[in-house]
Amino acid sequence: MDEPTETELANRRTRIAQAFIGALPHATALGMELTEIGAGRAVISMAYDQRFIGDPDTGVIHGGAVSALMDTCAGAAVMAHPAAPQGTATLDLRIDYMRPATPGQRITATAECYHVTRSVAFVRAVATDADTARPVAAATGAFTIERAS
Amino acid sequence: MKRPEPVQVIKQRRDSALQGLVGRIPYIQFLGIQFDRRGDELTAILPYADKLIGNPMLPALHGGATAAFLEVAAIVQLSWTALWEGMEGEIAVTPAFIMPKTIDFSVDYLRTGLPRDAYARARVNRSGRRYASVHVEAWQDNHARPFAQATGHFLMPTPNV
Repeated sequence: MDEPTETELANRRTRIAQAFIGALPHATALGMELTEIGAGRAVISMAYDQRFIGDPDTGVIHGGAVSALMDTCAGAAVMAHPAAPQGTATLDLRIDYMRPATPGQRITATAECYHVTRSVAFVRAVATDADTARPVAAATGAFTIERAS
Repeated sequence: MKRPEPVQVIKQRRDSALQGLVGRIPYIQFLGIQFDRRGDELTAILPYADKLIGNPMLPALHGGATAAFLEVAAIVQLSWTALWEGMEGEIAVTPAFIMPKTIDFSVDYLRTGLPRDAYARARVNRSGRRYASVHVEAWQDNHARPFAQATGHFLMPTPNV
């Protein structure tokens, strides 16, 4: 047997991560799709949906739906870290809402673990709509690293 | 001296104002959040639903669902406080349902959210003309053991626009 190529490994990582997202009922309920996964990094997006509107006067998505996207994306980045945690839970998450997401556009979150200790992962995330140059929201959080005991 | 209004009239006015505020936000309906009102005090209720689960192995509520619940509780409390002052204050004004905008929101996860109903109460710590700071706490079976808390800053709607 040949050694798996880098592409095959990446594809395998993506399949595992997609299964991970698919297994989270709340992520599925919000229609989240994983588009990219790497070492300590994840990209997850969510389509515009009228059920997620927070301000009926403008049609802007509720901050809570953006929080859920950021939290899922940050959690996926932790799970994809080479430290290979068995599981993770959010300790804290702070979100800055920089501007309202444009109604009708898909929101994409990108998260990366910028530091990982034995028991904690520190994560940064950014969310954008179609105008990727101007982020919609930014988040920072601390996540637990659960190890097999 | 003016005769006090009949209690049903007062209750009906307050309940329909609250319903008007909550009922028009689709995301509140999507999550199934309800509000219990006692006088001016509100308690947000998140009835358990399978779609709120994040980790099916434990199972535990999704951190994002918890964050959304806290943010909804905070924003409704803030709008409700403004609405109440307009409705019951010295100068009664027509309630304007203009939503405050979240500037930032910081959630502190204290315990695993269990697969049960959750409750939350928010306190407006500061409410200025432009900015407001709100703290919110959520619990499940035991009020003395909150499972999450959060602080958020909000931009208040500009009046007369």
